[in-house]
Amino acid sequence: MMKRLLAVWHARNLEFLRDRPTLLFTLLLPLGLVVSMGFIFGGPPRPLFTVGVLGSRVDAHANPFLHERYVRFVPVHDETAGLDRVTHQRIDLLLDLAGTVRYWVNTDSPKGYIVEKLLIASDPGARRQPVTGQAVRYVDWLFPGILAMNMMFSCLFGVGYVVLRYRKSGFLKRLHATPLSAFEFLTAQVLSRLSLIVFVTILLYVLIAAIIHFHSAGSIALLLLLAVIGSLSMIALGLTIAARFASEELVGGLLNLLTWPMMLLSGVWFSIEGSPRWVQWVAAIFPLTQVTDAARAVMLDGAGIRRIIPNLIYLAVTTLVFLAFGAWSFRWRVD
Amino acid sequence: MPESASILEVHNLVKQYPSVTAVDGVSFAVPEGTCFGLLGPNGAGKTTTIEIMEGILPPTSGEVRYRGEPVGARFREEAGILFQKTALQDFLSVRQSVALFRGLYERGLDVDEVLRLCALEKLASRDNRKLSGGQQQRLLLAIALVNDPKVLFLDEPTTGLDPQARRNFWELVESIKARRKTIILTTHYMEEAQLLCDEIVIMDRGHIIAQGAPQRLLNEHFAEVLLELPRHEFPDVARKLPLKLIDASDRVEISTHDLDSTLRALIEAHVPLRNLRIRPANLEDLFLDLTGKELRA
Repeated sequence: MMKRLLAVWHARNLEFLRDRPTLLFTLLLPLGLVVSMGFIFGGPPRPLFTVGVLGSRVDAHANPFLHERYVRFVPVHDETAGLDRVTHQRIDLLLDLAGTVRYWVNTDSPKGYIVEKLLIASDPGARRQPVTGQAVRYVDWLFPGILAMNMMFSCLFGVGYVVLRYRKSGFLKRLHATPLSAFEFLTAQVLSRLSLIVFVTILLYVLIAAIIHFHSAGSIALLLLLAVIGSLSMIALGLTIAARFASEELVGGLLNLLTWPMMLLSGVWFSIEGSPRWVQWVAAIFPLTQVTDAARAVMLDGAGIRRIIPNLIYLAVTTLVFLAFGAWSFRWRVD
Repeated sequence: MPESASILEVHNLVKQYPSVTAVDGVSFAVPEGTCFGLLGPNGAGKTTTIEIMEGILPPTSGEVRYRGEPVGARFREEAGILFQKTALQDFLSVRQSVALFRGLYERGLDVDEVLRLCALEKLASRDNRKLSGGQQQRLLLAIALVNDPKVLFLDEPTTGLDPQARRNFWELVESIKARRKTIILTTHYMEEAQLLCDEIVIMDRGHIIAQGAPQRLLNEHFAEVLLELPRHEFPDVARKLPLKLIDASDRVEISTHDLDSTLRALIEAHVPLRNLRIRPANLEDLFLDLTGKELRA
């Protein structure tokens, strides 16, 4: 069994590496995305300070400070989320106007320092509650999501279309006439894709981290484990889609149907914290959400394995479910 | 049936599709070490039959037994298969394509030996997509031989090849026959079957219409010789002569025991004889005789 598996694995790797345009695309797409997103959103910061105000809306009459120019005031519903945003310097200051005016400011933040001076000038009685924490640039926040998204496309489209092409061309039918089992074939495909994706992801991580001067707050080994389990889950999902169909249009449609919502709702581009509860539930089903959330936790907050173990378990379980379903519904030939 | 034991037995095979019954109650046995031909026009049910035998298609009813057992793991390890159409994995060389399949079997021949056997040594490092039709078929044959099979299935192996490539392929099959392999061959080229097969089954519309050794079948059906004349040179008046006529697409065939008197009758009817051909009957004629239609039509 091992020998057969290795034979298919080796041949598949050769095919992938020699398909230059696809290889190049796999490498260049995410790189281009990060560089252009970094260019658009990174750059010099917008000429505004952002101050979060606890409550459901900002009432401009509540405090004279709310009339300051060059400061944007945004409502923040929840104190914990607000503090998190101050820590990561996604807002420069958090204000509580209920009763005695209190504010939280990140003592490491230059913008926080200035906006605090503005606040004290207009309301000297405000009470300071300090917070500390390194700033998270948008490009840093984006980085884990981009890696995860690249993984998703490579897993779903790479595996899905390859198996479909094998089936349509009759190559699968020819393999079926040998002692190779469906499970061996699928496992070889998973492992081949997995090794390539993990390699590409490591390469991208190193390159992009060098370009944007990023240092992960958490363990690189843990990230690697997450990349492996996350890829497995998404490859298995791709195989499930391609397990029995023989039409490019259908499989392409199904893959798009999966990838687009994942791309939009998994929080790769923007946080879905403020979205309706049901959207967050739907998003939590997607493997991409699990990978992105866990990767951000490790890379930005320095989370350890205990914090991301639920994500890892979810991804491992879905891998098994998808693979079992894929092997069960697998068709060697076009009926 | 020859006295040697059967390696494969087909019992009452039926394959129904929603709109058509492709194979309708077919039974035969393949003696070990012979070349067994399945003949018939396109759509006769040859490929369906052979794919059920290969374990690729499930039959609607009936069964196939390999060495007395249902087709299973042992069969897959010991069978070599050349489908009518097979695509290989892209970006692999000839040698890598063969090596991939070699890796799928426990036992088999050395990759180099298979390449030599199929005259592919010089093409070993070429991309498998850059082969001519004949070279491609030789590569597929090499893949079918990689496990040193006991039984080899060849489904229309020379369809689409030029005459030279076809003849080369026949020589290869002859050399495999000499190694005492059992070969199951489907073809609609009667010449191929006559040259290679020890025993044949002729199929039409899902049924077997004749079965036996090619020469024996010919002797049974044709005690005569055949005269061929171009159709456009055959006058209608000659159709009234008491002759056994078979209409083929471009020619008229006259089957006769008595060549002398037939020729005399044709001369008297002023039939032009300058394009006359006289030949013994072949399987093509047998098929025409059995079904009233031409094989390649």
